[in-house]
This record gives sequence, C-alpha cells and structure tokens, in this order.
Amino acid sequence: MINSRSSLFFAWALLAPAIIYVLVIVAWPLVETFRLSFTDASLRKVTNYVGTANYEKIFNETFAGVIWRTFTWTFFSVALKMIIGTFGAVLLNAAVPGRHVFRILTMPPWIVPMAIGIFMWGWMYNGQFGMISGLLQRFGITDGPVAFLAYGHTAYWATIVTDVWIGVPMVTIYFLAAIQSIPKDLYEAAWADGASRWTRFRRITLPLMMPAVVTMSMLSLIATFNSFDIIWILTQGGPSGSTTTMIIDTYQTAIGSKKYGEGAARAVVICIFLSLFCLAYFRVTRKLQNMGGKE
Amino acid sequence: MALFHNDNTPMIDRYRWWEVIAIYAGIFVFLFFMLAPFIEGFLVSLKPLAELFSTPYSFWPENGSFDAYFTMWERVPGFAWYVFNSFLISTVATVIVLLLVVPAAYAFARFDFRGMGLVLGGFLAVSMFSGAVLLIPLFRLMRTLGMLNTYWAMIVPGAAFLIPSAIWLLRTYMMRIPTELNEAAYTDGASQFYTFRRVILPIASPGIIVVAIVTFIGAYSQQFIFALTFNSKTEYMPLPIGLYAFFGKQDVVWNELMAAAFVGIAPALVIIFFLQRYLVGGLTAGAVK
Repeated sequence: MINSRSSLFFAWALLAPAIIYVLVIVAWPLVETFRLSFTDASLRKVTNYVGTANYEKIFNETFAGVIWRTFTWTFFSVALKMIIGTFGAVLLNAAVPGRHVFRILTMPPWIVPMAIGIFMWGWMYNGQFGMISGLLQRFGITDGPVAFLAYGHTAYWATIVTDVWIGVPMVTIYFLAAIQSIPKDLYEAAWADGASRWTRFRRITLPLMMPAVVTMSMLSLIATFNSFDIIWILTQGGPSGSTTTMIIDTYQTAIGSKKYGEGAARAVVICIFLSLFCLAYFRVTRKLQNMGGKE
Repeated sequence: MALFHNDNTPMIDRYRWWEVIAIYAGIFVFLFFMLAPFIEGFLVSLKPLAELFSTPYSFWPENGSFDAYFTMWERVPGFAWYVFNSFLISTVATVIVLLLVVPAAYAFARFDFRGMGLVLGGFLAVSMFSGAVLLIPLFRLMRTLGMLNTYWAMIVPGAAFLIPSAIWLLRTYMMRIPTELNEAAYTDGASQFYTFRRVILPIASPGIIVVAIVTFIGAYSQQFIFALTFNSKTEYMPLPIGLYAFFGKQDVVWNELMAAAFVGIAPALVIIFFLQRYLVGGLTAGAVK
C-alpha cells in the first residue's frame, strides 16, 4: 500500500509547499544572480547585457587577493575550531563532578544572538579600555595599548578568534556525542591490557572520532566561508581591506556601491566554490558510510 | 588517590590527583574562552561611563551599580520594541518553517519514490548558500512583492535557510516511527491524510517540539543581514540592529549597550536552562546533515 499510486500523489502533495517555497526564495535568486552577473544592473531603470565584462573587470590582483584571504581566513578558523573542539569534547567527557554544568556552560556563544556576542568582542578588542589589551599591559606582555581592530594583521586574527568562539560550542557538543558513542568495552579491553590514558586516546578515541571530525570540518568549512556578521560588525572588511573576504567584498559592491551586476558576478564565483565544497561533502560522507562509519 | 569517587566508581574512571587538577585546569581555560565576553560584558554593564573610559584597565568595577539597566530605557525608548520584534520575527518564521517542514519530513521519512532522493539533496544544498550570496535578487524580489521595510522582509528569506536542518532533524525522528502504524491505519480504511493527521502527527509531536525550539533559536540568533539590508524602519528593527541605537554621535554608550545586550540575551538563557536536555540532542542531530 505504501507504494500505491495514491501514495505517490500524496507524497508529492506533502512536499510541494516546501519545494515551492525554496524554489522561489533560494533557487530563483540563484538563477537570477547568474543572469544579473552578465548585466550592468544598478539603480538605473535601464539594464543592458554586457557579456562577460563584469567577470573581466573583477579578475584582477585585488580580487585574487580577496580569494586568497578568504581561503586562509577560513582555513585558520576551521582548523582552530576542530582543535579546540576536540580539546573541549575530551575534557567534557571526563568523568569528573560538575561535567553536566560545564556542558551547559559551553553553549552560550552558540545560542545567544550572534550580533550580541560580536558586540562584546568588539569592546574586548578596544585598545584603550578593552579587556585583552588591558590584561596584556597588566602582565607586561605589551608596552602600550593594542587597538586590535585598527591594524590589518591584528584585525585579521581578531575576526578569526571571534569566528572560532562562535563555532566551537557546536563542534564540541558534536564531538562529545561522537566520543560517547564509542563502545565502552574497547576502552576496558585496552585498560585491562595496561594501555595508558594517553594511549587509549591516541589509539581508540582519536581514530574512532575521525569520521565526525571530517564531517564537521566540511560543514564548518561551508559555514565559515559564508561568514558575514562577524567581520561586518567588527571591521566592515577593514582596515584597508585586510579582513575583506569574498562575502564582504560582494556585499560592499552590491549593496554598498549599488553595482548589482558586478556584485552578482562576485556572488557567482562564491557559488562555484560553494558547489565544489558541497560536492566534496557529499562524496566524503558517502565514503564514510560505505566504510561503516556513522552518518 | 580517591578524590571524587566511591567504591562503585569503575576502576577505569578513577583519576590520580594530578589528572583531576589537569582536567579542571583544562576545563577552566576552555570555559573561560567561551564565557569571557559575557563576563566582561556583564562587568561593563555595571561600570559607570567615567570608570569605563579610564586607564589603566581594571577588571572589577569599583563603583558598580545596576544604573545602566534603568537608564538604557530612557536613551533608547524603543528597546522593548526591538526585543518584541525579534520575538515576533522568530515566532512567525518558526511557524512558517513548521508548516512547510512537517509534511515534507513525513514524505521523506515514509515514501521513497523516484526523484525524492534528489529533492532531499536539493533541500540540503540550500544550507550551503548563505543569504549574503543571494542578497541582490532577494532584494529585488522583496521589492517586487512589496515586502521591503516590513516584517516579512526579515521573516520570509530567513525562514528559507532554516528549512534544511529542520527537514533533516524531523525526518530522522519520523523514520523511527514504525511502518506498522501506517499499515494498521490502512487496514482500518483510514485515508492517507487521516493517517498523517491523526496517527503520525500525535506520535511525532515530541520531535516537532525539538525542531520548533531549534528553529526558533536559529531564527533568534541569526537575524542580522536581512534586517540590515531589507529594512530601514526603526519600528520593525530586531534586537541586533537595535543595539546600534546605543552608538551615539561621538561615543558608544557601552555600559548601557551591554545592559541592553543582557536584557536581550535573558530569554535565550532561560530557554537553555529549561530545555538543555532537548537541546543537546536536537542541536547535534541538526548538525548531522
């Protein structure tokens, strides 16, 4: 009965509203972005097709720099999220009193409205009155105040740290779930054989949580690549472009300068990268499933 | 050395004293990183402006008071509205997502017709694109639909990006409902729709509640880019954009800004506290896309 003809109709009827919604709000804009990228669309009424002019215009050294920056920024952020997430998950898995409370205490950066957390970091980075600069001076690590968001190099790392801070709770909780699903008897057998705590971590925990690490780093890669709020609130891409990632660059061109056509061309380049990540993600998860790993 | 365990603690879970110290030290460092902005933000909200803008830096407030929590309402009289707007936007977005996702998740969980795998993949791919990438056509779409500078400009696009994880989460939940229920209902002559409404929905309601909570939190925490771009009316602004109201002509009124932030966070913290049991399971399942 489950596969009768009326079921076929019913199943698609259930799906139809969601499909239509996503087609209108996501798929159509995607196609439209592609079309606009070949036009000189702006605030003017008249829009002409200009061929590949937008693409020719953006492929210069500045844009290559933006792409490179986006990739390094994303790489450092994802790598730090994975390392700190593993560190946190292993600690929160330890059988010590208070661990339930500690687990709840990791959640706020994730649950609290993103913009609010970012504003708080903005204050912490303040050179004269912020906490980080204040403590660095107190302990004599730096001589004078450090205005983290005023210099390219420090602003670059400051935005990464904030992005890591927002991403770590989800990674930690997810890794913790992965660690807890590892069969206990593996540890007991290793323990009976005299394996130290470190050996058990190296030989059991780390290899068995690897599928979760791979899955999470792919998801995190996509989310981080799309990161907008953090950089926009903290630096708006500055100082002098040192935190301008592709998303920020697209936003400045399209919404800031109202050059819709050029902005669309930039968005298309982002979409191409995202589709590649997306394909890689599907391929990797399928491979993990075939290996008998978890989804 | 037995520190925190009794004779029932398995041998494998017993730590030596230095291991216990190392674990707590590690947890302290980790949690300090996670909570430092909130601790600092809270202390800032207690400091008078004069103390805030003085050097050298002091961590603890000297003349701490809760004044900022009262004066903030005078400086930004619309603040209660911003919080209300945030709630309204998140609630309506959650309702829309549920209306679309509950039937779709059921279809994905129970039927397997040709092309459905592809559609599911399509839904999941939506989460790969952020609103920022599609901003230009979305802006024009909102203008065409007359939704610019209304609540809908923040609700409608936002909801679309909450659909993928909600579908995945609910599908996983509904796949655990035994097919025998459908078969029994069919034998009793119930229609497909009746079975969905009267048999499946009641059983799936705990899962639907989890999805609702996760979606609401997602909607509440991620209102920024659409509100920034599609709405310029003060009366519709949600909390994150409303915080910019504390940016004065020259200085930012940081203590009141932080006080306002905590007023805005409070609902989220209450939710975490009461629903943490559902949250850990729900949020991680949502992450497994």
